[in-house]
Amino acid sequence: MIQQQIFSALRLIVVATLLFGLAYPLGFTLFAQTMFPHQAGGSLIERDGQVVGSRLVGQVFTQVEYFHPRPSLAGDGYDAADSDASNLGQTSAELLQLMSIRAEAFRASSGDGPVPIELVTASGSGLDPHISPAAAARQVARVAAARGLAEHEVEALVIRFTEGRTFGILGEPRVNVLELNLALDSLAADES
Amino acid sequence: MSTSDFLQIALFIGVLLALTPFVGGYMARVYSGERTFLTPLMSPLERGIYRLCGVDPQAQQRWTGYAVAMLAFNACGFLLLFLILRLQGYLPFNPEGIPGMSADLAFNTAVSFTTNTNWQAYSGESGLSYLSQMMGLTTQNFVSAATGMAVLVALIRGLVRRDGTVGSFPVDLVRTLLYILLPLSLLAAIVLVAEGVPQNLSAYVPATTVEGAQQTIAQGPAASQIAIKQLGTNGGGFFGVNSAHPLENPTPISNFLEMVFILLIPMALVYTFGKMVKDRRQGLAIFAAMGVLYLAGLFTVYFAEQNVHPELAAAGIETSAGNMEGKETRFGVVNSVLWAQSTTAASNGSVNSMHDSFTPLGGMIPMFNMMLGEVVFGGVGAGLYGMLIFVVLTVFIAGLMVGRTPEYLGKKIEAKEVTLALIAIFTLPLGIVAFSAVGSVLPVAAASIQEVGPHGLSEILYAYSSATGNNGSAFAGFGADTPYHNTMLGIAMLVGRFFMILPVLAIAGSLAAKQPVAASAGTFPTHGPLFVTLLVAVVLIVGGLTFFPALALGPIAEHLAMIQGMQF
Repeated sequence: MIQQQIFSALRLIVVATLLFGLAYPLGFTLFAQTMFPHQAGGSLIERDGQVVGSRLVGQVFTQVEYFHPRPSLAGDGYDAADSDASNLGQTSAELLQLMSIRAEAFRASSGDGPVPIELVTASGSGLDPHISPAAAARQVARVAAARGLAEHEVEALVIRFTEGRTFGILGEPRVNVLELNLALDSLAADES
Repeated sequence: MSTSDFLQIALFIGVLLALTPFVGGYMARVYSGERTFLTPLMSPLERGIYRLCGVDPQAQQRWTGYAVAMLAFNACGFLLLFLILRLQGYLPFNPEGIPGMSADLAFNTAVSFTTNTNWQAYSGESGLSYLSQMMGLTTQNFVSAATGMAVLVALIRGLVRRDGTVGSFPVDLVRTLLYILLPLSLLAAIVLVAEGVPQNLSAYVPATTVEGAQQTIAQGPAASQIAIKQLGTNGGGFFGVNSAHPLENPTPISNFLEMVFILLIPMALVYTFGKMVKDRRQGLAIFAAMGVLYLAGLFTVYFAEQNVHPELAAAGIETSAGNMEGKETRFGVVNSVLWAQSTTAASNGSVNSMHDSFTPLGGMIPMFNMMLGEVVFGGVGAGLYGMLIFVVLTVFIAGLMVGRTPEYLGKKIEAKEVTLALIAIFTLPLGIVAFSAVGSVLPVAAASIQEVGPHGLSEILYAYSSATGNNGSAFAGFGADTPYHNTMLGIAMLVGRFFMILPVLAIAGSLAAKQPVAASAGTFPTHGPLFVTLLVAVVLIVGGLTFFPALALGPIAEHLAMIQGMQF
């Protein structure tokens, strides 16, 4: 009786594995590659035939003429094969110290005034591709000065790349840092 | 509360409430063996599987036969997964050349996915081959969810039937897989891939960033797995940081869908229950009790996460967005707390923000949800059978108050059922309090704690709550990947799963053998506001009394320290 049960269970798990562990994911891969090849491939962005990143994944920007993303704890920063967060609690002295150091550094590069909280906090993934419109606005003057552009030009670009809430309800307003910086570069390329 | 936050919460709850009767009614038809719109498509496949596996679809099992079939199936699943994880280095679909897992990590992971916990002591993109993700984890995502749902249906049949049988485990399993989990997963996977979740078998893509640095972008068959991970209250992320990862959860739409899928089946099963016992008021009463606990928790976390440490304002930081450490810009605080509350109310365990970095009270509520046994909608099947254990306890206490033998749905609740219910409930303090207590004094175990101060205790408490409750979320600063914790957390998961399921099946069998008694004036009605209040009180008192001392030393102490401006 028990032997028969175990034999039946074995056959069941083998059949389930073939069906749900192979047929389902592989069949769906075929479907996705046919119907949504760009998304299924990781939403990669190419510039001059070279992959510069994924639209969905943040990357490091440290130069003054680019908009800067949030701090990242993924690998050495925005390592897209090693997502990670600080996991520090709110009473952690280490976290509080990190935040004030980041705030000071930001003020040194981008001018005095309050610093939006997401620019001193690491995201959950360490790969957050976005910053808030307020965090982008706070960097406009620096980027414009570094590029010799008028502030209103850069501002207009930020507004163009600001995504609102989906259907006016879902999510938070945000700016994709990589797309914005690529647009800045192509703006410069057009003018030169 | 801002208008947009309120709208997002209202839309989320509204959509779930609207879907509950449809999905719940559909599942009742599936479990009653009735024809559904998928029958023409699925029944040839269903019959084929029965033939291949030597299953007689007409045979009815008593609870012992059902339990043996369930245990044998889970044991085989565990062994197969363990072997795949150990041997993945030699197997195909491994473009990154990821080596096999160590024995303790493979044990932990195999237990974790077989018990529907999906605790992850590894990081997906660096620790698993595509074959392990698909054949190993995706398979268990399906079958462990179906196991929980099957056990629930057996318990419901125990309440309804009088011939001592509770159904057939293989049939319940196969019907759950084919008629419920597979079609819904496909639907979700399509939306997810359209929103940008990868679905490929390619090697990781090297990119040269705008500033000229090298970035390697992880890939894989993610969408198909994330769909079932959310639907089956599994929660194991394809990537290390789970649904906080922008490739696992790229947009507000993918986030909304993934959140709805956390609670869809747990909520709908309560409706299924009402329909199968032919008294919808009974389902409604349980739904109301769960709803009250859900909303109370949600608003506590929401308001807690608006706060940050008082020192930040002094450092010239603009904090009106709330606590953003470990949270993603596209989701903000509101979607992070909605997720955190839902994933721990249900035993999903996926995260879209890092619970370890929540404010002390904001992190306490998810932990408390797990300590209550995840009966607030809960894991697929597991949540409702857990809540029905509390119902047994509640009617027993109510019976003591009115001085009559307690009854539930016409079945007498006697010493045997109450004893079994208490055994099931006792798994929670055993796995959580006892294991955490040992872990926080043994040096080999305590070394994994990341932080000093009360938050350190919260980390270990959260880990063992998550394992015992079969949740799988973590205060991820806790260094769980050590031989000690891999083993102990693995044992906690097994205790939390099977020491719950076996008493539940035993209760099902005992009730199934009883003749119903007619309701009389002395019968305590198990619907209506009085019963709902009593049920909520029993859940909270059992949880409160058991876990309050531990919570006082962890998150509550940390909260008091934070508002004083202290740091550790």
